[in-house]
Amino acid sequence: MSTFVALFTISLNAILAENFILVKFLGICPFMGVSKKTDTAFGMGLAVIFVMGLASAATWAVNEFLLVRLNLEYMQTVVFILVIAALVQFVEMFLQKALPALYQALGIYLPLITTNCAVLGVALLNIQNGYTFIESVIYGVTGGVGFTLAIVLFSSVRERLEDCDCPKAFKGFPLALIAAGLLALSFLGFSGFKVFG
Amino acid sequence: MNFKKQLKEGLLTNNPVLSQLLGMCSTMAITTTLFNGLGMGLSVTIILICSNVVISALRKIIPDKIRIAAYIVVIAGFVTMVDLLLKAYVPALSDSLGVFIPLIVVNCIILGRAEAFASKNGVLASAVDGLTQGIGYTAALVVMCIIREFLGSGTFGKGVLGADGVRILPADYPALLVILPVGGFLTLGCLIALTQWINRKLAEKEREKEAVK
Repeated sequence: MSTFVALFTISLNAILAENFILVKFLGICPFMGVSKKTDTAFGMGLAVIFVMGLASAATWAVNEFLLVRLNLEYMQTVVFILVIAALVQFVEMFLQKALPALYQALGIYLPLITTNCAVLGVALLNIQNGYTFIESVIYGVTGGVGFTLAIVLFSSVRERLEDCDCPKAFKGFPLALIAAGLLALSFLGFSGFKVFG
Repeated sequence: MNFKKQLKEGLLTNNPVLSQLLGMCSTMAITTTLFNGLGMGLSVTIILICSNVVISALRKIIPDKIRIAAYIVVIAGFVTMVDLLLKAYVPALSDSLGVFIPLIVVNCIILGRAEAFASKNGVLASAVDGLTQGIGYTAALVVMCIIREFLGSGTFGKGVLGADGVRILPADYPALLVILPVGGFLTLGCLIALTQWINRKLAEKEREKEAVK
């Protein structure tokens, strides 16, 4: 029961109170870059959930069974980014062969994910927080869910920003940032949110 | 070599954060005190210069197909070095920047400069490019820090000028909101708008000059 509570708390935190984009500032580049249309935003979100879950599992295993055993923890950054890059490449090839329909939907987003700081961030945070294997995977997947929630919400706001009347200097990117700020403000309401005391 | 022109590009017309819109995660996340901003800016500048030099020196050896992977390994190596050095000599900075130091690896500015500049130019030019872009990044961070620290905590130079900095606003006035994540988005949005406005004015002036000629 207590593990269930712990996992539930981790998930809720990752999705709402410590949302990767709006509270932790991880993964802003794809958040701004791929949020112009709701369906592409959703596709990107799904790809990120998938890769963050896999990357959490892979980096946790590499850290536990390789780096810690060999006393090479200081190589974490280098090794993790290589694991993630290889993983993304592998996922891309696997999807292309096995699930062409899914590949069609996610394909173009996958290469972008390698340099998504949310993915490397979740790998590093898992180790920093001392999560177990299951906790890491849950944190990765729910972190991705939080990312998807934020990017889908934001894309629907952004579709409306396209043709609004605002000062010339604010057109485009700055206005999108301000809108994202207001979205972050609403997520602030979840901070300090606890379900089980 | 026109250092002046490159410096102007790095600071204003082609500023990595404010014009190229790269590396925004760290820009918004850590700019709550001047100490953080300066520390992060300097770390990125050093890594940027080193990785630009190495990548430019190796540009003829690295095969084209795996160049991105090769760049990332070079960058990750330097990031690890800086991370370990900070942990050893400036633990306070390492604590307050936390996960954002290792995350410099995926900072688009560094990979972007490697791909756009260092892979096509000589070693010296790449070093200068790293320096000017790094200065531009640091300048953007410092401006963000000063604004957010002033509005959010009412102080200046926290961590740099003594532990609490110089108090400008009385302790009751500051809006805590500005140093929360929300403030990061709002401040950066306004700064980018300002840069776009300045750049447009500059471009108009150039055009007028040419028209007079």
